[in-house]
Amino acid sequence: MTTQAKPEEAAAGGGSSTAFLSVRDLSVRFSTEDGVVRAVDNLSFDVEPGTTLGIVGESGSGKSVTNLAILGLHNPEKTDITGSIKLAGQELVGASTKELEKLRGKTMSMIFQDPLTALSPFHTIGKQIGETFRKHTGASKKEARDRAIEMLTKVGIPQPNVRVDDYPHQFSGGMRQRAMIAMSLVCNPKLVIADEPTTALDVTVQAQILDLLKDLQQEMGTAIILITHDLGVVANTAQKIMVMYAGRAVERGTVREVLKTPQHPYTWGLLSSMPNLSGPVDVPLRPVRGTPPSLINLPSGCPFNPRCDFREKVVGGGCTSERPALLPEAGHATACHLTAAQKQDIFIDQIQPRLG
Amino acid sequence: MLRFLVRRSLGALVILLIISMVTFALFFAIPADPARLYCGKVCSPENLVLIKHSMGLDQSVPMQYWNWLSGIFVGHTYPGGDVPHCDAPCFGWSFVKKDMVLDTLMDRFPTTLSLTVGSAVVFLIFGIGTGMLAAHKQGKAADKIASAASLVATSMQIYVAGPLALWALVYSTDLLDLPTYVPITEDPIGWFTGLLVPWIVLSLIWTANYTRMTRSSMVEQLTEDYVRTARAKGMSGTSVFMRYAWRGAMGTIVTVFGIDLGVLLGGAIITESTFGLHGLGELAIRSFIDSDLSMLVGVTMVAATFIVIFNIVVDAVYALIDPRIRLA
Repeated sequence: MTTQAKPEEAAAGGGSSTAFLSVRDLSVRFSTEDGVVRAVDNLSFDVEPGTTLGIVGESGSGKSVTNLAILGLHNPEKTDITGSIKLAGQELVGASTKELEKLRGKTMSMIFQDPLTALSPFHTIGKQIGETFRKHTGASKKEARDRAIEMLTKVGIPQPNVRVDDYPHQFSGGMRQRAMIAMSLVCNPKLVIADEPTTALDVTVQAQILDLLKDLQQEMGTAIILITHDLGVVANTAQKIMVMYAGRAVERGTVREVLKTPQHPYTWGLLSSMPNLSGPVDVPLRPVRGTPPSLINLPSGCPFNPRCDFREKVVGGGCTSERPALLPEAGHATACHLTAAQKQDIFIDQIQPRLG
Repeated sequence: MLRFLVRRSLGALVILLIISMVTFALFFAIPADPARLYCGKVCSPENLVLIKHSMGLDQSVPMQYWNWLSGIFVGHTYPGGDVPHCDAPCFGWSFVKKDMVLDTLMDRFPTTLSLTVGSAVVFLIFGIGTGMLAAHKQGKAADKIASAASLVATSMQIYVAGPLALWALVYSTDLLDLPTYVPITEDPIGWFTGLLVPWIVLSLIWTANYTRMTRSSMVEQLTEDYVRTARAKGMSGTSVFMRYAWRGAMGTIVTVFGIDLGVLLGGAIITESTFGLHGLGELAIRSFIDSDLSMLVGVTMVAATFIVIFNIVVDAVYALIDPRIRLA
């Protein structure tokens, strides 16, 4: 795995010297009774310090799996991970548990989706925040408690010196997510992975949480990976977007590029399925037809082809025979057999009017 | 906590009162006449009336119940004169055993207590230990061996495993002594060797139970989101296992253990019969066969009291383990 990829890695490393996290040709496979699940397939992306990458896609598109792979949280006996994940130059694929434990919570941390189940019901908020701090800095119990109070203040919990001794069930949903954020930021990590951090919250609290993340990012220069299926959330927080489908990246670019001039039929589908506030009320939403493919038995060629409205336009039926690569290498890229001119035409003629 | 204990204790008294009434009622529902049994095969009608009177059976059922209940607080004098006065707390006189019920219970209880506590210590330590090990080595050889062995042992019944153990350890090899009960105060070594075989058999079966239970609740806890969070924070494997998963699994184990302990202390009928030990369980079955009403009510009340008490203890301990549970 390492020998065959050496030249590419060197090239990729040279090309993205500013990237704090650099993922190259990452594949994650799970062996199950039904067969091998290819949850992530040949995925490459970079995250620069102080920026946010939004990863968007349906359930089962490999967003969470990718990020659990970065933290090394998959069960190694049931998971086969190949490729390269470099965090500040350190290779994480194949790193020992000890090395990963040192990085988790300190250099990279994760904010989970549902803070009610993701926080331990048996330990106080303060203990759970302070524990991470103690583990990585060797601080005393008193110092850890003070640090926990400091972090709770930072994320805007009222009366932090009292609430520090509360249990998660004594917090409201929004406060729990704040506490979760405080916990993940307690050691000033350089990379924070936020896995749908606002899904379980109502809209006003969502906005507060996202603002909080943005503020903390500006203050600490953290790189953030924001996993979500809410395009609105990405539009407001991320600089770059990667759209994932069936474990692969199908479109990648800056927020402006991907949201304003999307070039992939799947991205078109995602954007068309969003309600438009300024549009007429009687226009029905257009969901992406069909269902996500089974990751055990992927369609041949482009995995999106059974759901794609434009595959007849591709000359020679390449959609069902050949998997499109994500091109070009840098900048706004899509994995689609349509020519650049075709994409442009379809987008302007059919898609843009829909988006309003 | 105090409020909880007071409230639950009062509730427990009500439950015990109801249980005693039901036991009384059930006894009179079965077609047995203790007076006739006591009187013997050749029984003159006058003698029967006399016996009925001295046993208190000529009174109405509610009156008999009242005699029993008030006896607990003020004692009871049986009519007829051939039975000694029963001092408070009086749980009645057994006409079959010709002894005070309370004295018999006190006499039998140490056997049951020794049997229970001795095996509980072993099965808790080994059951939880093996279960944790199996959960830790989930899917590996150690787990598979532990799971298979505990399945076999759980499927065994005392009346199968007991005689087998007696044959293997006592009759054919003379390795250990035949089960007997010697008070620990009289002869600690005799107490230990006398109970060794029942302990081994009981512990084997219960260890298997606790292994299975511990393993399954640990495996379940290890898939919890907060366990994953702990790992994502950089907590070491041991700390995740003990501080998070074990903490979660403890609730289930404490609950089941509390109830098991209550049941065991009330008398292990099959175990005691298998090994010929004279504990509460053996007393219960004997009293039933002999239609010994006062003794039967006594044994039932002891068993019920233990179960009720341990239920309260379990709830209190559970609240200590899980901060989400509030006692009120």
